[in-house]
Order: sequence, then structure tokens, then C-alpha cells
Amino acid sequence: MKSVVEQKVLALNGDEAVAYAVKQCDVDVVAAYPITPQTIIVERFSEYVANGEVETAFICTESEHSALTACLAASLTGARTFTASASAGLALMHEMLFVTSGCRAPVVMAIANRALSAPINIHGDQSDTMAQRDSGWIQIYAENVQEVYDSVIQAFRITEHPDVLLPAMVCLDGFQLSHSMENVKVLPEEVVKRFVGVRQFPKVLTHEGRFAPLRLDPENPMTLGPLAFPNYYFEFKRQQEEAMKKALEVIRQVHEEYAEISGRRYGDGLLDAYQLEDAEIATVCLGSTAGTVKAVVDELRAEGVKAGLLRIRTFRPLPVEGIRRALENVRAIAVMDRSMSFGGHGGAVFHEVRHALYDSEKRPFVVNYIYGLGGRDTSPMQIRAIYKDLEGILQKGRVETPIRYVGLRE
Amino acid sequence: MIVQEKGWREIPIAAVCWKSSTEFLTGDWKTFKPVRDLEKCTRCLLCVIYCPDGAIRWKADLGDIEFDYNYCKGCGVCANECPAKAIEMKLE
Amino acid sequence: MKRIIEIRWHGRGGQGAWTASELLAKAAVYEGRYIQSFPEFGPERMGAPVTAFTRISFEPIKLHCAIYNPDVVVVLDQTLMKTVPVAEGLSEDGKIVVNSKDSPLEIKQRLGVIDKVEVWTVPATEIAVKILRAPITSTAMLGAVARATGIVSLESIKRTVEERFRRDIAEKNFAVIEESYREARST
Repeated sequence: MKSVVEQKVLALNGDEAVAYAVKQCDVDVVAAYPITPQTIIVERFSEYVANGEVETAFICTESEHSALTACLAASLTGARTFTASASAGLALMHEMLFVTSGCRAPVVMAIANRALSAPINIHGDQSDTMAQRDSGWIQIYAENVQEVYDSVIQAFRITEHPDVLLPAMVCLDGFQLSHSMENVKVLPEEVVKRFVGVRQFPKVLTHEGRFAPLRLDPENPMTLGPLAFPNYYFEFKRQQEEAMKKALEVIRQVHEEYAEISGRRYGDGLLDAYQLEDAEIATVCLGSTAGTVKAVVDELRAEGVKAGLLRIRTFRPLPVEGIRRALENVRAIAVMDRSMSFGGHGGAVFHEVRHALYDSEKRPFVVNYIYGLGGRDTSPMQIRAIYKDLEGILQKGRVETPIRYVGLRE
Repeated sequence: MIVQEKGWREIPIAAVCWKSSTEFLTGDWKTFKPVRDLEKCTRCLLCVIYCPDGAIRWKADLGDIEFDYNYCKGCGVCANECPAKAIEMKLE
Repeated sequence: MKRIIEIRWHGRGGQGAWTASELLAKAAVYEGRYIQSFPEFGPERMGAPVTAFTRISFEPIKLHCAIYNPDVVVVLDQTLMKTVPVAEGLSEDGKIVVNSKDSPLEIKQRLGVIDKVEVWTVPATEIAVKILRAPITSTAMLGAVARATGIVSLESIKRTVEERFRRDIAEKNFAVIEESYREARST
């Protein structure tokens, strides 16, 4: 049983914490393009490169599409790679997200969640990553800057695990976390290096009839990312889905191992259930606003209200079983979405939570609250009002408005 | 050659090709074949540059070019581009 | 001392409101506190109003939202008082520290705040221009904030300044902080 390592406390904002974690993880290639609110990640990391604190090859590409392509290509030669983006930058990478996942390249990317244009908005919401939930990338949403630091380190282990070999996005709310300076306990560099280790490769049959590590190497010629006709493409996609399923257990294991060293846990790594055991009313929330909800839940509990919160930390792969078990006995649930699915009758998280509950015997009331779009702040008073609404639903015994908007001026 | 198709558990990860593409002789279905008149050929090497398949190569040990009929598909671009009209497309 | 203190800073782009909020937060970290410090931007240009927030607590901070009822408001540029409701939401027994040559009483009247609110003033621009030769009022306000609120010690503030700036600039800033601490006046 490992014991908790001694750690020093730094004051870092979300972006700085990402850069600091990447510095410690022995990354070979960083190819990136700046976009608010991720710019500090790349600026800070480039300082580390310039100061000789890391031996990473740093490539300034002409666009985000190229940045991800460069990372993918480097990753396929065996390099450990990292990049970061947000909003329109992530959207520009769209095509390559699917390619990276299809090629099973363990690229790690930090996304400082920001609203998509139009109209132009540089502030935080989760529409950028929600729009990429089908791309085959693991998605982890952090609640605070400490978790951002911890999650980036864990991401390298998760993505490179032989059962997974899928890329991952660590998501931090734009400005609310990216530019928020908070206390961060950092692990000593040797401990991080030992934790992430050296990248391992599965063996595959190559052109010359030998088994060799899965990476592009002139010594062992192989072809990656070829054409697959209708008679095979489907099977390759099923294989990718299997990796996503296995990732659930891997994420839990890596989280547990990290918890033993750091002393920090975020639920079971997939879901962070807060005061949910006997909760009658609860919200479901991703990211930093879940922290504000926790503070409100504390107040409500002190007033005798049986309120709780389910924070989904890992959104992809979706921990369907865990969500169902956590929420089954709650009577009214408000699912908070910091993005919209236009014309979809509610946000992505709302759909998926309802889906998780569909087969359960009990049917709690489930309503949707769209919040925080374009950096709109969500206050503790507004969260309180949500819980009040849930109490109202229980009193009336029915839902009148399934889709609501927090703080929207009518 | 009919091959039994593999299930998703048997296929290699990341669609790594289990055979090299060089094993497939793509020239075996051509209709026309380029034939070179050695007298007219000036060794300008334009056909080497123009061949879309890279099936015409300069061989230093031979001091001459060589047509690789395993991969030549008989497209006729070399005959079209040859300034000396040294290549003729003949029925296979 | 309250379990959590919330401070709102008002400045213009380039004056150092964000920097000041970070330096105060870092100083609090040295004293074992939990902190949060973040900016709120309007158009990203010099001269545009900038708001920054600092939370200092004895416990880990869960809240991730704007500060609606600050305990302390710091105004780095007096002219903002005309266009920005700097005292909005200030708690009843809150404090407000303004960069001004005018007396605290005059500022208090102009702000129209209730009597319980403690108003402090410090001629931060004058101090900054005198010692730093530039109207960057971040450190010049920090001394006054430390005096008015007692949240962190001057030593902790100096330590963060020392870490952040080059030796000669840091020393000039020590002088700025000390003078700001001395010159701050209250109602």
C-alpha cells in the first residue's frame, strides 16, 4: 500500500496547472495553436521549452487542424504528445478528432471550454466539447484547478493503457477555471514520471511477417490508417467501442492508484456523488459549477433539505450503470447542461441521464436546466431556485416545464 | 482468392494492415503495355517523372531505365509525354 | 475573522487590478489559506474597465461563480466611480479602499454608501508615479488593502512581490507597499 507523497502547494490558474502537469509528464511533442482561454497553457509551456526545463519538441502550427494532425503523426511514431484548444479551435480539429481516435493514438488534449460562435464569445461554456462527444475521445471534466492538474497526469496513463489506446480530452471551464488561480498541491517530478512511466506498445503483425511494437518505424514497416471497405470498417469501429468500454475500468484503476499517492479522490474517478445517499432532490452537473452546487447543497442540508448532487467527471465513456445506481432513488432530478443541442429538446447531458434511468424500475422526475452559456455566471441563489423548483415538482406530482433556462431574460 | 473475413475480435488494432501492399501485383489486369524503342529513347527520364505509379525507375547499375510491369497499369501517360515518341502502347 | 473573505477589484486595463488580486491571493497561500483569484474582462484593451475577484478562506473553496456580495471593494481608478457601480453588493459592514487624494469622508459621500461601511483612501497613483515612475497602482493599493483589512501580513505580500519581480523592481515595490500602508486613511 503506497503512502501519500509529500507535496508542495502552488498558486496556479487552470491553464498554468495544465502546463505544469505536462512539464512533469515527459511529453515528447507538443504541437499547438493559441486560442482564448487556452493561450496561457501554450505560453507557459513554451517558456518551459525555452528555459530548457523540458526536452519536448514544440511545434507552432498554422492552425488547430494542423496541430492535432502533427500530434497524431508524432504519436503514431511512438511519441507521447499533447495539445490544447477551445471553441472554434476544437471545432476546426473536428475531422482529425475522429482520425486520431480511429488510429488509436493516445494523444492528450486540454480543452479550456469556451462558447462557439456565432455570435463571437470568448467566455466559458461546454458546447465545444459536447459537440465532439461522438468522436471517440475520452472526456474528463474537472471541478477545480487541483483536479485539472491531477486529471492531466492521469490522462497519459489512461490513454496509453493497452486496453484503451484512445485519445483523451481534459476539460476545464473557460475563465472560470482556466483563469482562476487556486491552491494546487503538486507532486514531485520523480513521482509523476514514475506514475506515467514510459509509453508501452502492443505488438502487431507487420509487413515483414514479424511481430513488432505498434508504431511507425522503418525497421518494422507497417501501414496505419488505411482504407477499409464496407466489409471491414464496421468491425474496426466495434473494436474502438470495446476500448471505450474497457476505459471505464481503466479510468477507475488509474484514479485509484493516483489517489494512493496523492491522497486525493474524485468519487470513483467516473462519478462524484455528493450527499446523494438519501437525497430526494438532486442536480446533475459537469465542471466547475458543480462546486457552487456543492456549496448550496451544504446550506440546504444544514436546513434539513435532502438535497444532493451527482457530478459526472467522466462523460465519455458514459458510466451508464453508475449514473442509474446513483440516481435511482432520487425523486426529482435537475440535469444541468452548459450547452445546447438545437432542436434536440434539451441538452446532451439531459438526454444521456434520462437514457441511463430509462430501464430502472423507479422513474424519477427529470428536468433540464440550460445554464451558463457564453460565460453567463450562475449564482448560488440561482442554484437554490433550482432545488426549490424540484421541491415544487414533488409537491405538484408533475413536471410542467421540462426544459428551463437559468437566468435567461425572457 | 476468396478469404474468410475476420470478426471484430480478430482484426488487428488500429487497422494495421496485415499484409504489405507490395504483395498485390496491381499490374496484372492491364490491357495495353508500354514498349520502348531503345534506339529512339534519349534517356531524358521524363517518363520516370510522369509515371503515376512510379513503375518506371532509373537503374544506376544498368545505366538505363526499367519498366516494372508488376505495377504498370498501362495508363499510357509515358507514351503520351515521351518527347522522342519512343514508347508505344501495345495490346497485352 | 470570517471563514471566507470576498474581495472585488475595479481597475482599468493596464493598471494591474488582476495582478493585485493574484498577489494578494498568493500572499494568503503563504499564510496557509485557500484562495481563488480570477478576472472578468470586457473588451480586451488598455483603459477598458477590468474587474478582478479574490476569495480567501480557511477552508477549501467550492464556489465557482462571481462575487455578488464582496466584503471588500478596491477601486484602483477613481474615475471608474462615475461609470461603474463599484459599491454594488458591498456587504453592510464591508470596506472600500479607493485610490484617491481626496479624504475618505468625501469619497464616502460621493459613493453614497451606508454609514457602517468603512471607506479608506490612499493616493496610490501619486505613490506609484513617485517611486516607480509609472501609474501602475497594483502594489500601491496592496499596502492600503493590507492595512484596511488585516487579511494578510505585509511580509507575505512582500514575499510574493519578491518572487514575481526582478530584484531592483521588487525593492521599489517594497517601498511603494510600505508607503501605501502608512498613507492609507479611513473614515
